[in-house]
Amino acid sequence: MSTTVETIIIGGGLVGVWTAYFLAKRGRSVIVLEKESVGAQSSGVNFGNLRLQGRYPDQYPLSLRSQDLWERLPELIGDACEYDRTGHLYCAFNEAEAEKLAHYAKVSRANGIAIEDLDRSDLDKRFPYMGGKVIAATFSERDAVANPRLATPATSRAAQALGATIIENCRVTGIEARNRGFELRVDDGRTFSCTHLVNSAGAWAADIAARFGETVPAFAAGPPQFVTEPVPYFIGPSIQTIDGSVIARQIPRGNVILAGYPRTASDPVANRAPVPPHKTLAGMTALARVIPALAHASVIRVWSGIEAYLPDMIPIIGPSHAIPGLFHAFGFCGHGYQIGPGVGLCLSEWICDGHTPTPLAAFCIARFKSEVAVSEKFKAEFDSGGQSR
Amino acid sequence: MKAIVVGGGPAGLRAAMTLAQHGLEPVLLDEAARPGGQGYRSPAPGIALDIAALMGSQKAKYERLHRQFEAARDTIDYRERTSVWAIDGHTLFIERNGHTNVLTFDSLIVASGATDRIVPLPGWTVPGVFSLGGAQIALKDQGALIGRRVAFLGSSPLLALAAKQYQATGATVAGVFDTAPFYAKIRAVPHLLHAPHTALRGLSYLAQLRMSGVPLHFGIEPVRIEGCDRVETLVLRDRTGREMHIDCDAVALGYGLKPETQLAELAGASFAFDKSFRMWLPVIDADGRAGPDLYLAGDGAAIGGADAAEASGTLAALALLADTGHTVAQSQIDRLRASIKRLRRFQRGLATAFAWPHRDAGALPGETIVCRCENVSAGDIRAALGVGLIPPELNRVKAITRCGMGRCQGRMCGPALQEIVAAQSGAPVATVGRLRTQAPIKPIALSAAEMPR
Ligand SMILES: Cc1cc2nc3c(=O)[nH]c(=O)nc-3n(C[C@H](O)[C@H](O)[C@H](O)COP(=O)(O)OP(=O)(O)OC[C@H]3O[C@@H](n4cnc5c(N)ncnc54)[C@H](O)[C@@H]3O)c2cc1C
Repeated sequence: MSTTVETIIIGGGLVGVWTAYFLAKRGRSVIVLEKESVGAQSSGVNFGNLRLQGRYPDQYPLSLRSQDLWERLPELIGDACEYDRTGHLYCAFNEAEAEKLAHYAKVSRANGIAIEDLDRSDLDKRFPYMGGKVIAATFSERDAVANPRLATPATSRAAQALGATIIENCRVTGIEARNRGFELRVDDGRTFSCTHLVNSAGAWAADIAARFGETVPAFAAGPPQFVTEPVPYFIGPSIQTIDGSVIARQIPRGNVILAGYPRTASDPVANRAPVPPHKTLAGMTALARVIPALAHASVIRVWSGIEAYLPDMIPIIGPSHAIPGLFHAFGFCGHGYQIGPGVGLCLSEWICDGHTPTPLAAFCIARFKSEVAVSEKFKAEFDSGGQSR
Repeated sequence: MKAIVVGGGPAGLRAAMTLAQHGLEPVLLDEAARPGGQGYRSPAPGIALDIAALMGSQKAKYERLHRQFEAARDTIDYRERTSVWAIDGHTLFIERNGHTNVLTFDSLIVASGATDRIVPLPGWTVPGVFSLGGAQIALKDQGALIGRRVAFLGSSPLLALAAKQYQATGATVAGVFDTAPFYAKIRAVPHLLHAPHTALRGLSYLAQLRMSGVPLHFGIEPVRIEGCDRVETLVLRDRTGREMHIDCDAVALGYGLKPETQLAELAGASFAFDKSFRMWLPVIDADGRAGPDLYLAGDGAAIGGADAAEASGTLAALALLADTGHTVAQSQIDRLRASIKRLRRFQRGLATAFAWPHRDAGALPGETIVCRCENVSAGDIRAALGVGLIPPELNRVKAITRCGMGRCQGRMCGPALQEIVAAQSGAPVATVGRLRTQAPIKPIALSAAEMPR
């Protein structure tokens, strides 16, 4: 006996559960199939940054729409998920980096984001704990953080309360396109059918796209991360160096969390994201350089995650070009947490209304029909063209 | 051929000595300042402590191990105060005196010893509560006592031993309180006869304590520890349900030992659930092989006590030597195998006699702090399971509650967490999973980071 619904979503990460949430809110029937538990992958282990400054220029409409959702979490899902409008401090070590900062600031301002330029004396006044090697920074007040361990499960509960069905421990093993719809088989033998199918399967999504002939050069990786023991709370904003060696924040209970490039290859088949110890050492050195007062804090835990990256460092969001009714949303290249809720909203509009008011053409899967240029960001943030170890 | 031995207890010392005897120049890494590990720890120099008296009937073995290691020292690259915090392939990441470095190896013997297995109870985070091993370290390393009037609580043969050592050093023993009933000890006798000397030694400690008027209670139920800035009272319930209030200023808690398996896991060992110990143990063959170029010995592989540690350290070294083309005496291997088998069977007997009170652990009152690093209570863990965590899995519970996420990485709270999750969800304990190990296995300061190469 096959279960029939309008929409099936493969993958209960942040993107999948927000899509389900908005569909259910509009009274549509929807099932999320998740091979583990909701938020078990990237969505649950990421750094938690909701950064606005320094994003890919064409992503701002989506990004701002998403930030608005993050700012309204209690009203939308009844849980703030430790959302905290900490602001984000973007830092430069030299003139060349400072120029890059100025460029990012210009793009951000053009999109209506308030950015403050800070020179060294401003830093000494407002963020005196910043190490002397930082010569300039920009501060974006609307940027925020939220706890990734909480966000996906909380959204999933809200979606269920609105009528969505979330099935965990249920891996989609077979998909077939059938008379204007899809038939899915899962690992316990059950079958499902639907007219709309959302592929939000994270690092596993490219395999699903490939079944319909849409091959993309995605690969799995994640930034090495670590957390220190709790130390007295003194770092307000989330702090990022423009070279990516440090992305750090302190949570009010005192722990300092760090993510740092270069990223590291992870293994979606073995379901493992090992952190090479030398990358932990590199992150420790880099963090002590940016915030010297942390030199005596101890690292207690490391981890990474399994996220899909693409060579142009922007995601795939939108309808399939191979088959009607199929929508892709994956390859978030390490910045899908901030836009996750917004992506869910846009996908729900596509499914219900046939279009979304948010411009997303840049993220179309068809761009991979021809060779895609490798972005500078990609070259800078991986050890050597994706051979990250 | 570069062989590295990690751990300077009886297993690691014997392993290194055996490798050296066969012409290898092993590197021996140990966290402590002096060789000996936990059981055969030697006191800091200048401390007036009669360690020989403390070692009692173990004195001869203690002295022989230290004397032989001292004699072999020139043939072993011994590095004290060196801790291994990560392993990547055939590279060890080490920290020494606040600096990091790397060492590569061809073969690795991990003899990382054991730590206490703890059942928390309300009030166990009050100053003055120590693990039993901690209480012994304070004494043997520094000549210090954890209190003047000390209660020993748990389920372990080491309770009586430590109590006796404390008494000999001038502490008042407020009592030895064993959660296992006395008949469990009788029932275990057939197993215990595999090592009759050790069994008799244990009984003689109990007898000596009793003769000196120390209260001994079996089958008790721990209730709570009271006190604000310092332990004041230990509250227990005896077999008849009567509450006992024990006046004391320190409590040593010990429910037997659990292997320190973090390094073995990082080095690639696989694990299997052991029903009699109710723990996940690394999978090894009879000689300690745990994977390619990886050998485990001593309590870090399977709880066996000091004699088994010495024997298994020697045996693991012989296995390594045989695997790398050295000639070793088969008769020696056979003899060691037999004695290790016997000693480890004895430990299984002990696991019956001094049972891990898994029901008590699973039924801890909601307000009990289970994870003291992250302040997570038994109630928090049950609440997380309440929101539909199916199937229940420890790493998921950890992600949701932070239990096991702190400084000790679940080494203290892990066993109780496992029992609470199993009891609450009704799932067999072997199915709720195992906290995964990640580097660093001990906290490491940012300032220590030095890039290799
Ligand atoms: C370590 C790390 C740090 C990061 N930091 C940030 C940050 O600070 N800010 C930011 O904006 N972004 C960050 N990101 C990126 C962000 O986490 C991801 O882009 C985002 O979570 C992606 O969400 P998702 O729902 O697409 O994917 P996922 O969370 O990976 O969800 C996909 C789900 O699909 C399931 N699935 C896969 N195949 C199947 C199948 N066949 N059947 C059923 N289910 C299936 C998986 O189990 C998984 O749960 C970070 C990523 C990592 C790894």
